[in-house]
Formats: sequence, C-alpha cells, structure tokens
Amino acid sequence: MTTLPIDNPIDELSDDPRQRAPLVLNHHEFGTVTAEILRANEAKKPPMAWYIAFVISFSLMSSLGLLVGYLVVTGVGVWGNNNPVMWGFPIVNFVFWVGIGHAGTLISAILFLFRQKWRTSINRFAEAMTIFAVICAGLFPGIHIGRVWLAYWLFPIPNQMDLWPQFRSPLLWDVFAVGTYFTVSLLFWYVGMIPDLATLRDRATNQVKAIAYGFFALGWRGSMRHWHRYERAYLLLAALATPLVLSVHSVVSFDFAVSQLPGWHTTIFPPYFVAGAIFSGFAMVLSLAIPARELWGLKNFITMRHIENMCKVVLLTGSMVGYAYGMEFFMAWYSGEVYESFAFINRAFGQYAWAYWIMVSCNVICPQLFWFKAVRRNVWVIFIITLFVNLGMWFERFVITVTSLANDFLPSSWGWFQPTWVDVMTFVGSFGLFMTLFLLFIRFLPVLAIAEIKGVMPEADPHAHHGHDGEADA
Amino acid sequence: MSPSTQTNETTPLWGLAAQFSSTAAIYKAAAKTREAGYRWFDCHVPFPVHGLDKAMGVQFTILPILVFFAGMTGLCVAIFLQVFTNSLELNLWAIVPVVGYQFEVSGKPLVSAPAFVPVAFELTVLFSALATVSLMLVLNKLPCLYHPVLKSPKMKRITDDRFVLVIEACDPKFARSTAQAFLESLDPERIVELEA
Repeated sequence: MTTLPIDNPIDELSDDPRQRAPLVLNHHEFGTVTAEILRANEAKKPPMAWYIAFVISFSLMSSLGLLVGYLVVTGVGVWGNNNPVMWGFPIVNFVFWVGIGHAGTLISAILFLFRQKWRTSINRFAEAMTIFAVICAGLFPGIHIGRVWLAYWLFPIPNQMDLWPQFRSPLLWDVFAVGTYFTVSLLFWYVGMIPDLATLRDRATNQVKAIAYGFFALGWRGSMRHWHRYERAYLLLAALATPLVLSVHSVVSFDFAVSQLPGWHTTIFPPYFVAGAIFSGFAMVLSLAIPARELWGLKNFITMRHIENMCKVVLLTGSMVGYAYGMEFFMAWYSGEVYESFAFINRAFGQYAWAYWIMVSCNVICPQLFWFKAVRRNVWVIFIITLFVNLGMWFERFVITVTSLANDFLPSSWGWFQPTWVDVMTFVGSFGLFMTLFLLFIRFLPVLAIAEIKGVMPEADPHAHHGHDGEADA
Repeated sequence: MSPSTQTNETTPLWGLAAQFSSTAAIYKAAAKTREAGYRWFDCHVPFPVHGLDKAMGVQFTILPILVFFAGMTGLCVAIFLQVFTNSLELNLWAIVPVVGYQFEVSGKPLVSAPAFVPVAFELTVLFSALATVSLMLVLNKLPCLYHPVLKSPKMKRITDDRFVLVIEACDPKFARSTAQAFLESLDPERIVELEA
C-alpha cells in the first residue's frame, strides 16, 4: 500500500476519494504523539480558561448539592410537579442526560465494530462524557422518588418486609438498563485507559503521580501476550456494548410507550428515542471537542476531518429525528384516534406550542445547515449549532413528558406545569456536576486514547516498509 | 545453564532485553526468536502491533468461551430472579433468608415472559462484561505489583515509543552468552540486563 503525499500539512480534506485524510497530522514518530497528547496533563498548571471553567462548574455543582439537600429536607413540593404533571423536570432531565450519554458508547463500540478508525481520536473523552452524563441522569430518578432514603427499594434486595420490586414495570427495567449501561461504559472506559495510565506512570516526574497512576495502571507492562487477551476483551466489550447502547434508550422509551397516555403510547418510540439520543450525544461531543482541541492543543489528532464526520452523524440522526416528528403526526391522524390526534395538535398549537416550535427549529431545521461544506468546516458555526441541538433535545423531552401529562383524556383533569426556581437551578446545577467531572478528567487523565492513536498511524504497520509477509497479515 | 554462572553478577539475572525502534524490527525479531527455539520470551510494546502475537506463536485466548458461560449464567440468574420474586411462593429460608412472592398486578400472568426480556438481556450483558474484564485481568495475571521489566529504569519507554523483546533466564534454551549473541544478531538499539 502506498500513501500519497499530503500537500497541505494543516489538514487534508481533498475531494479525491482515492486520497484518505490522515488520522494524525504532523507526526511520524510515536514519541512525539505521546508528548503532545500529554503535554497539557504534564504541564505544571492548566491554562487560565480551565481555572475559570472549573470555578463556575464547581459553584454550579455546589448549588446542585444544596438544592438536593433542600429537596430532601423539605419534600418534592419545592418542585413544580403537580397532579396531573407528576413527571416534571426530573424525568425530563433524566431522559436528556441519558440521551447525551449515548454517543460515547456508540463511538467506542459500534464504530469500533465497523472498523471506523477515526473513532480513536474522540472515543476517550466521548466515553468520559458518557459516564458523567449517566451520573447526572442517575441522580434525577433517585431524587424524584420523594423519600430518597428508600431508594434501595428500587433494587431486588432482601428486606424485613419480604417485599420485592415489580419486574413487569418498565420503571424497573430502567433501573437495570441504566445500571448495566453505566457499569459497562465504565469498564469500557477504564479498560481502554489502562495502557495510557501506564504511559503516564512511566513518564511521571514525581512519586505521588507515579504511585497514583501506577495504582490504576495495574502493573501494565505492554506485554504482547497481554495485548492479545486485551484486544480480544476489548472486542468482546464492543460486541456487548453495541446491543446495550441500542437497548438503553429503548428501555427509557418504554417508560413512556408502555403507558396508555395519548402521545406516549406509540410503537415508534424506541427507534425514535435511540436516534435522538445519538443525535444529542454527538452534538454534546462536538460542543466539548471544539473548545477542548483548541485549549489542549489537540488539533493534530482531532482534525477537521473528525469534526466533519461528526457533523455528518449529527445531520443523519437529526434528519431521522425530524422524520420521526413527522411520522408521529401521520400516525396520530391515520389511526383515527381522537385522543391521539388531539395530543399532537395540542403539542403544536396548544399551551406548550412555544416549546414544540423551539424543539422543531433546533432539532429539525438547525442541523440541516450541515449539508453545506462551508458550515461543516467552520468550528464557530458548528459549536453554535450543537448548542442549539442540545437545547432542542432538552425541549423534545419536555414536550413529550409535559404536554401528554398536562392534557390527557378528560379536560376536567387537565393541568399546567410551571417549573420553580428549584427545578431550574437543579437542572443548571447538573451541568455543573457534568462539567466539573469533565474538567477533572481532561486535567488528570489521558484525554485521547494514546495507544490506539499510535496503532492507526501508518508507521505502526510492521509490514509497511518491506511488503507483506503473507500469513501474519490475516 | 544457570544464570548465576556469571562471576561479576551480584543479583541474579532475570532476563535479557533487546530494544528496537520500529514495529517492523520487533516483528522480525519476534519471529526469529521463536524460530531459534526460545519459548519464555515476550515483547513489550506501546500498542498492539498487528500480527505480532501470531509471529510470537501466542495461543488464541480462551477468554471468549469463558465469557459465553458468564453470559449464560447472567441469563439464568435474571430468569430465576424475576420468576422467584414475582411468580413463585417459594421459601428459600433453608439456604438464604428470602421468600418468593406471587405478585399479582392487574391480572397479568405470573410468569410474564415478554416483560422479563429486558432485565434478562441486561443481566446477560452485565455478567458478560464483568467477566470479560475480570477474566482478562486474571489471565494476564494483573494487577501485578512487581515485575523485573517494570523495575528497570531503562525500560520506561515501552509504554511510549520503544519495542522491547525480552528472553527470560528461565527458558530451558537460555544461556547467557548465546542469548546475548543471538539478541545482538537481531540488530537492536541496545541490550539491557534485567534483574529479578
């Protein structure tokens, strides 16, 4: 295999399909790759922007802690949840955060199985993002149950009442789906990081770092006999996580679809939720990757090609979400069911129409701009679009949850949901938790999968210089 | 034969390491080492070099088979858990202090197979994933608190940009002088003696 010379060393996005954009720019040696990726980790101090972001995030996280404390002491009356809108912000936020948490495992698992090598530059922090998003997601149903100290009733733990959870309920499936997803994502992330933690250990300049990284590196020494089992384990995890990532948001959608409520009781929900989750997850990856590559100097690894690929995924999944919105209306009309039809007309033109149209403009119209190459190559525009997509996806969950609950069958039981300041600040605070964890991650852990990136460089191929040996290349 | 035949050595020799700077070099070196009849050797590389495990003659791991059984265990546990807690009036006090419960909800069947599918799937995946990671570590004998390769300060770059082939002194074919000569014939950057 010959590699064609790259004329433009900054970035190669040639339209010539025979010419593949390199995954790593400006590096031909493994050592410089290690040094450049870890430069920000090994710097004595992070950039000022990191401190500013950390102070803001940490303050928001603290406010989240205070508000949760206030909630526990006072009761769920501090929220706007009412009868009939029993599921207010907490469940909207839960679905929002679980959705964000889908891109990481999609990138790590599904793109790995499809041999999409460009995933190597973005998988690590996308996985980290997944874990932190699922932590935020897990918080909300936990505090939504009211008596937080009885949260263990969610799990099948033997107790003095001989009381068991009800396994025919989708809410319990959720406990297992999200719990499994969190565990498997954490394992995937950690296993992928072991070799890079060993790199940090071996490059550590002081004893504290060497011991801390060494503890988590488990004594990894890069033995090829270990790598053999490691690669097999990684492939197995990818194969296990692939159906898992598709199942999690399906199960979340069952919370709605298995009920009888108009606007919830539809079979389109599982695929529609999964597409929406990937859509919002990739948007969040882009919102984080664009500033991170700038601040952390990772432009040689997260190239414009990577950004463009992610934009295309956002465009595809955004179009799927738009199709689902249209199809929901069609099915409501075609079913001839008066309550179902009303639910959708009410969404678009009822008391929450403003939320519906925010959702449509952010999720359906906004990502269509990615059809244009000029848009896909302008990081500022991409950044703004992805923020709008995240906003729109939050409103999607708000529209689904609140409109169906507020206006169900009987007009006499209709209601109106108004969030309180506690609702709003708890949601904002969850961003603080998410960003605090993310900032700690990019400061102290290998932000890119160093070993994997070296593996996709042309220099990594043992047969590149002397032709193929035949049997070893299977 | 014994590594302690060296007169000027105070600590016993654990093995000899040859350092290379490219994947092609380590690949060739590994194949030659295997041809030369050495069995107790290993390559330490910063990332998995494609095909190197085959060149070294590494046997295919048993891991996937073990994971399959772990997954099946998860499936059985999930089915038992759901049927026991929701469908059976079964008293397990003799073994564990729990009692099953016939959970009647809106006339749904007690053993409601479709409703039990999601949890069965999730626990299958959970058990498989936990088994994958833990068995991978167990088979690799990790965590490893001490290893001669990690002890040597000259081996720090195996997690960065160098590729090192190590022949252990416990290899039946290992003799200090011939092993050293053999490694030198592979044209390494340098040869390092590893202490136990």
